[in-house]
Amino acid sequence: MTIPAQYMLILSAVLFFVGVFGFFTRRNLVSLLICTELMLNAVDINFAVFNAYCHPEHLEGYIFSLFGIGIAAAETAVAIAIIINVYRNFHSIHIKRLTNLKH
Amino acid sequence: MNILLLFVIIPLVMLLALWGCRNLTQVRATMVTGSTALLALSAYLTVEFISLRNGGNSEAMLYCDSWSWYEPLNICLSIGVDGISVAMLLLSSIIVFTGTFASWRLKPMTKEFFLWYTLLSLGVYGFFISTDLFTMFMFYETALIPMYLLIGVWGSGRKEYSAMKLTLMLMGGSAFLLMGILGIYFGSGATTMNIHEIAALNCIPTATQYIFFPMTFIGFGVLGALFPFHTWSPDGHACAPTSVSMLHAGVLMKLGGYGCFRIAMYLLPQAAEDLAWIFIILTTVSVVYGALSAISQTDLKYINAYSSVSHCGLVLFAILMMTKSACTGAILQMLSHGLMTALFFALIGMIYGRTHTRDIRQMRGLMKIMPFLAVGYVIAGLANLGLPGFSGFVAEMTIFVGAFEVNDIFHRTVTIIACTSIVITAVYILRVVGRILYGEPENEEHMKLTDATWDERFTVICLVICVIAIGVAPMWISNLINSGVGDVLVNINR
Amino acid sequence: MEQSIYILALPLLSFITLALIGKKLPHKVAGIIGTLSLLATTVLAYVTTASYFLAGRNADGIFAEAMPYNLTWLPINETLSIDLGILISPISAMMLVVITTISLMVHIYSLGYMKGERGFQRYYAFLSLFTFSMLGLVVATNIFQMYIFWELVGVSSYLLIGFYYTKPAAIAASKKAFIVTRFADLFFLIGILIYGYYMETFSFTPGETALAAAGTVLPTALMLMFIGGAGKSAMFPLHIWLPDAMEGPTPVSALIHAATMVVAGVFLTARMFPLFIEFAPGVLHTIAYIGAFTALYAAIVACVQTDIKRVLAFSTISQIAFMMVALGVCTGSDPHEGGLGYMASMFHLFTHAIFKGLLFLGAGAIIHAVHSNEKSHMGGLRKYMPVTHITFLIACLAIAGIPPFSGFFSKDEILAACYAFSKPMGLFMSGIAAMTAFYMFRLYYLIFWGKSHYEEQLALYRSGNIAHEPHKPHEAPMTMTVPLVILAAATCVAGFIPFGEFISSNGHAYAIHLDTKVATTSILLAVTAIVIATIMYIKPGRRITRVVKVVLREPIRAAYHRFYMDEAWLFVTKKIIFNCISRPIAWFDRHVIDASLDLTAKGTQWLGALIRPLQSGNVQTYCVYLLSGALMILLLLLYLN
Repeated sequence: MTIPAQYMLILSAVLFFVGVFGFFTRRNLVSLLICTELMLNAVDINFAVFNAYCHPEHLEGYIFSLFGIGIAAAETAVAIAIIINVYRNFHSIHIKRLTNLKH
Repeated sequence: MNILLLFVIIPLVMLLALWGCRNLTQVRATMVTGSTALLALSAYLTVEFISLRNGGNSEAMLYCDSWSWYEPLNICLSIGVDGISVAMLLLSSIIVFTGTFASWRLKPMTKEFFLWYTLLSLGVYGFFISTDLFTMFMFYETALIPMYLLIGVWGSGRKEYSAMKLTLMLMGGSAFLLMGILGIYFGSGATTMNIHEIAALNCIPTATQYIFFPMTFIGFGVLGALFPFHTWSPDGHACAPTSVSMLHAGVLMKLGGYGCFRIAMYLLPQAAEDLAWIFIILTTVSVVYGALSAISQTDLKYINAYSSVSHCGLVLFAILMMTKSACTGAILQMLSHGLMTALFFALIGMIYGRTHTRDIRQMRGLMKIMPFLAVGYVIAGLANLGLPGFSGFVAEMTIFVGAFEVNDIFHRTVTIIACTSIVITAVYILRVVGRILYGEPENEEHMKLTDATWDERFTVICLVICVIAIGVAPMWISNLINSGVGDVLVNINR
Repeated sequence: MEQSIYILALPLLSFITLALIGKKLPHKVAGIIGTLSLLATTVLAYVTTASYFLAGRNADGIFAEAMPYNLTWLPINETLSIDLGILISPISAMMLVVITTISLMVHIYSLGYMKGERGFQRYYAFLSLFTFSMLGLVVATNIFQMYIFWELVGVSSYLLIGFYYTKPAAIAASKKAFIVTRFADLFFLIGILIYGYYMETFSFTPGETALAAAGTVLPTALMLMFIGGAGKSAMFPLHIWLPDAMEGPTPVSALIHAATMVVAGVFLTARMFPLFIEFAPGVLHTIAYIGAFTALYAAIVACVQTDIKRVLAFSTISQIAFMMVALGVCTGSDPHEGGLGYMASMFHLFTHAIFKGLLFLGAGAIIHAVHSNEKSHMGGLRKYMPVTHITFLIACLAIAGIPPFSGFFSKDEILAACYAFSKPMGLFMSGIAAMTAFYMFRLYYLIFWGKSHYEEQLALYRSGNIAHEPHKPHEAPMTMTVPLVILAAATCVAGFIPFGEFISSNGHAYAIHLDTKVATTSILLAVTAIVIATIMYIKPGRRITRVVKVVLREPIRAAYHRFYMDEAWLFVTKKIIFNCISRPIAWFDRHVIDASLDLTAKGTQWLGALIRPLQSGNVQTYCVYLLSGALMILLLLLYLN
């Protein structure tokens, strides 16, 4: 018995919109980063799902997912570094406070 | 090489030289050399032009040349001059020359000031020599932009506000103008941007003309202080430094009249003929309204600015009469008003520099304190109210006689209404003269003030000589202008 | 005739010299430069006039107009051009003589009168400028040249009235003079425009075809030109500037505001006379009525003024009105049939210039002596100033119309012309002539007879009632008395000049003959008036004078205030034009037009402020917009499909 593709796509869609919702509403940089990760993961799931169901003979989807995970990791590292630096400078990671470039 | 190109090259060289100047002496030397060279050049050009004309050369434009800039849109650098532009070039170079001396002691940032000043004059010269719509527009904009900085940085009073207002209104005018130019270009079949070729084609449909004539006319009219788009003038002039006021009222406002004549009327003759009445009413209002407003002002520069509204209104008024003599008068009035008003602003600037007030209620008896400036002011005043022997009389009389040639009730009535301005002018001029120059000095502080310095005397004397020269011997300049006007009017009356 | 150019060139040259380097010259040198150049001008003018009249009449029996110079100054269009040149006609030759003579006298006189004044060189420069302009006006070859010089005399008058530029009254007077005449000049200009357009020329003699086609236009143009002339010649109601113009130095009043500039309007009308008489006799008669009214008005006002220069000013207005009336009552161009007035007017202009110049110079000498214009500071001066007294008396007799002084002859011709026009007009003008005699002798007695102000003051000083010893009046210096004597001599003989031989309405010689009826009446009237004046004013405080003052109290007060004409004008200019037109317009400009532009700017700013929050700089908000935008497009596409 195989799990129908729809289930997985629904999962990834839910995951994605949870990410989107979080991204729009959260004000904490770390939460935003987590939400971004959620969206990325939803995309990765999609890649894997479509590869497995549509073109099982190929591997590009999986490879892309791996790339995505890798980049997400790198991005997280960079973002965390930025966030830490921001925290050092502003003593806050609340985005409403980070308006120096605007003014 | 075409001699006209020098009018652009010399200011460019001056700009470069100013860039490299290290001290005040070098800046002054550059400015004097450059503006003298330009003055000499325009004088030479005038003489050459007259002798060519007398030699029987009757082409519409002399010294014509053209270089293509951007083929697909037919944008060229086309240059050429006729009598009108020669006269205007002469005027501009006189004003730039005297303006240099008028701002001899200007501080701070003298170098930067003269950089922008030269850029402005570059725009003005370029405008008068070009015969291509696009190039003309480009130079026009070049002349407008420095004005913002010159007033905003070196001005006095509410300078930022005035600079902003002036620039925005003139830019608004340019927006109309750009639309008008595009309308003309595409209306005439999008084959050429050259004014004379468009005029020769004469193929702009009447309906198109009806749309674009008002746009072009208002676009230039804003600069020519057309009622009700004149309010930048009092504020702008009041806040501008002396030489900028001189250049602005003396030359830049003439760009408006010149453009109205050279582009709006020349290229859109049909609409000009049919819609002239609207603008005649507006200009008549300008003439009388400006003069009447001037009567009750108390700031010297406001008085002169409103007087400029009145006199520049007369220029546009005369252009719209579309008779040869009226148009000749209009160009004469541009020249004469340019010189007179520059003289006025120079004197006002000099007086203000001493008394630190321009309020006529706070000055009294200046004749005793600074006789040279006071006598200069009286002469300027008498010239302004159109006394024979000064240029104003020649211009006004030519305009009135020319305007009277149009034989119908409407034109006659507006001409007579415009004539009343000569009385109103006398009222506000004599009011000021009687108020600030005559009488016994009241303010103790003023007793210590000194009379004009050599550079100021030089400025005043140069301008007075020019005003008297035109006023006493108007024939040569009138003939010079007449030839140019004739060619333009042929197209309008076709 | 070729020398005539120097008549204009010399004063101009002297003006330029004095204006440019005058300040560096000592007073005396500047005065001498001005006077000598004018002396040369006078000689030239006499030579020109003599050679013009000696050249004789042409075949038609008239003096042909000579035009030695005429050059195009400014071409305006194919037909019209402004020319400058010199045209000598009988009346301009006469004017040349008048102007140069009076001007020379004034130049000499001023050497004494203005001695030590600040701005002495400036004064002589302006005098030269005025003389130049006035000469240019009378020799004008066309109406436009006349207008040019017309404006120039206006400005020289402005400069000279305002000579004492620290005196507020002088400033106001100069401004008033210029603006009022300028206002009149507006009509003159419009008249010229109409004339030029329809006559296709600015010259005084338009072509036949143009004249034939002109119709009703010409009277309009001529009427407008007359209004210009009325402004300069101080006709009611444009006379208000002339009395105030007396604020200028007295010699200037003599030259400009008595003898020469103020008759420019008469000269203009006379110059256009051929056109007036042929095409606009109606206008001419209107001029006569305006003139008659002005004469009456000015004569009444002159009777009660206390400032001696004001009396003379009003008498000038009245006398100029006489000249206008004389021109206006003409009904034909033949001097024997209705054209007598022209000759009479010019004759009166000629004699009036001399005796009125004399009166003013005499008044100047008196003012110089007592340092005041008010009659109350005079009285009993005949002992102290014998020369001034005699010359002043001669001038008074002349203006009163007593033979054999010049005024009698010219006024008699005017009255004869008036009687020829209509009896009421003749009687009316005779009455005014009598009033002239009355107010002039009132003035004469008040100045030279009665109690001496000086002696009164001296008595007060001696009794210790006043601190300062009064200034003893003294006779004027030679430079001032010599012109007085010369002019007085001229006044005695000028009446015997056979004026009609030179100038008449149609150019033919006209022998002046006295109409005995008119002459006797006018002499009788004048003598009566003088007797009344003698009774009333020979001694101060006569009962009859007091009675008159009580009985006519209100009219006298009104007349003293010139029937409130100045107030009326002030009301129009100050209250209506300044406060009700100019102020509101200036307000309108600032608060409506400019404000509407500011409002546009404000509106733009407001709009900008309104939509600016959309660009918050917050990435999350942008994402919301992005997503909702994408969704909307998606829905739209779905809907469309």
